[in-house]
Amino acid sequence: MKNTQQTQPLISIKDLVAKYGDKTILDGITVDLLPNEITVILGGSGCGKTTLLKNILRLYEPYSGTLRYWGQDVLSMNEEEFSFVLKRIGMLFQNGALLNSISIYENVSIPLEQHTKLNREVIDRIIRVKLNLVKLSHAIHLFPSELSGGMKKRAALARALALDPEILFCDEPSAGLDPLTSAALDELLLDLKSQLNMSIVIVTHELASIHRIADKIIFLDSGKMLFYGTLQAAKEAGIPQIDTFFEVGKF
Amino acid sequence: MGKPVKNPSKTSLAPLVQVQGDALILSGELIFSTVPAFGEQTSKILKKEKPVMLDISGVQRIDSSGVAYLEELQLALQSRKAPKAKEPKPGIFLLKGINDNTRPVLETFSSLKLPDIPMAEHISFFEGIGSGLVNGFKAFGESLVIAADVFFWSFYGLGNRSGQRKGSFVQQGVALGVQALPIVALLSFIIGFILSLQSAVQLRNFGANIFIADLLAVTMVREMGPMLTAIIVAGRSGSAIASEIATMQVTEEIDALKMMAINPVRYVVVPKFHAISVVMPILVAFSILVGELGGLLIAIGYLDLSLESFVNRTIEILTLKDLVVSMAKSIWFAWVIVVIGSYYGFQVKGGAEGVGKATTASVVASIFAVILFDALFSLLYL
Repeated sequence: MKNTQQTQPLISIKDLVAKYGDKTILDGITVDLLPNEITVILGGSGCGKTTLLKNILRLYEPYSGTLRYWGQDVLSMNEEEFSFVLKRIGMLFQNGALLNSISIYENVSIPLEQHTKLNREVIDRIIRVKLNLVKLSHAIHLFPSELSGGMKKRAALARALALDPEILFCDEPSAGLDPLTSAALDELLLDLKSQLNMSIVIVTHELASIHRIADKIIFLDSGKMLFYGTLQAAKEAGIPQIDTFFEVGKF
Repeated sequence: MGKPVKNPSKTSLAPLVQVQGDALILSGELIFSTVPAFGEQTSKILKKEKPVMLDISGVQRIDSSGVAYLEELQLALQSRKAPKAKEPKPGIFLLKGINDNTRPVLETFSSLKLPDIPMAEHISFFEGIGSGLVNGFKAFGESLVIAADVFFWSFYGLGNRSGQRKGSFVQQGVALGVQALPIVALLSFIIGFILSLQSAVQLRNFGANIFIADLLAVTMVREMGPMLTAIIVAGRSGSAIASEIATMQVTEEIDALKMMAINPVRYVVVPKFHAISVVMPILVAFSILVGELGGLLIAIGYLDLSLESFVNRTIEILTLKDLVVSMAKSIWFAWVIVVIGSYYGFQVKGGAEGVGKATTASVVASIFAVILFDALFSLLYL
């Protein structure tokens, strides 16, 4: 399953500005994210990480700038056109964002029932596989309120993976998880990348996780992008904020 | 910037299903968008042919739907060979032609070795009735405990205001009482007006015009005033009480209060209890007055009564007992609303969904209880 678009950026962001009212949150972000890589967006609290993620997903409309997926300008697309893009991407929200009134099984089945014409048996198998990937086979009929925080997050990941997205976005996937669960989640993300050529964009603070999985990092500080490149290069770049971030986070 | 493409997904190769000898050969892309077409072609072929092998060497791309479909196909073909077999035994039915493109996906998404899904617990009809009854009694017992807690701390709190936030009584009085005035006034006026209008037509036929004052006074004071106000307050303030406490419960604010050695009932419920105990009789009195006003318009405008005769007759017919019972009812209804709202708020389970359910249940239960107690009052103080 070799990707023929290797040379083309997966997501191309140019001069992206995001504002809440008059307050500028992101100021002129320009970056090309490449396929089959795990890109980690990091920086201190309030630097605009989640805002960047939500602007990339058009959950917030950028104030100005351009945003391209697979070379296509998505900011000029209407809702229907953008929905075709959305079907190719998956999003894991910070708190899972599962629908509380339905079971885990039904949560994972939503995208499969809404966006495919597969029969029930095939959908059933896909759901079982996706829940098995996140080690939640035993919780298939439970409701979100019956799950722990980590289980909710894993169930939400199964839902995000339901349609085999080409790009997976994760907002703080390891936050609140124990080290073992967090490491297992990282392993799963690495498997998804290597086995299925999935591209992954993650917002996280967890240094252990960043060291395990990051191919590239985007370092934000006060709404500006200070660095984009490999983790090693970031550490060698001599940027004081990055050095402090990794130094203070050492244990 | 080029014109955006309507569907930017990769163009998929058309599915093709053929039979060669014993083999069913699939080629093209076995993905979400093509699996249904594969299914249609295959089912047509399987009506005539009986292949024993699946060849996927021509499959360029596969995803989890393709893997699930292949496994379903294997299961179907396997069952044809051995009708009693429930699950295919991997390896018995031959799947060939796996290449480097398809292998990792097949390995990742194979469900053949997954454990069976535990069945969702099925509750029979009679079990449902039984557990419903048991839960009902349990809930009733728990509501009594909360009611006892609320009553104890509310009466204790009359003399000892520690454990309550300063200014909360006035704040709750405004929220539960003052802000409810307009809607209580509007609905009471309309009810008084309609009651009088409907009765006036009948009374005029018998020349009993003056009895409109009796009818309206007794109805508004004994029944409609307290009950109508209580229903409005249950819908408006009871739901607010339930949702506020439920939200505090799911966001762990109640736990935080407990951890600060603050009794949540004293801190959250008691100010509401005190405030509603004061504002509810005022609201009911207001409701009766405005309802009477609505009836007065009909009495003067339609039945040609004078203001003086209407007022005199109203005062004549009402007894002190009517007014006392009416006020007693209003206070009792207020307490019922607070206790039920608090009970559903504290009992909430789950997140936002739970808050919604608790609020709805509290309103339904409050209105039911108000009407039930109103009936009891009517029987006791006829």
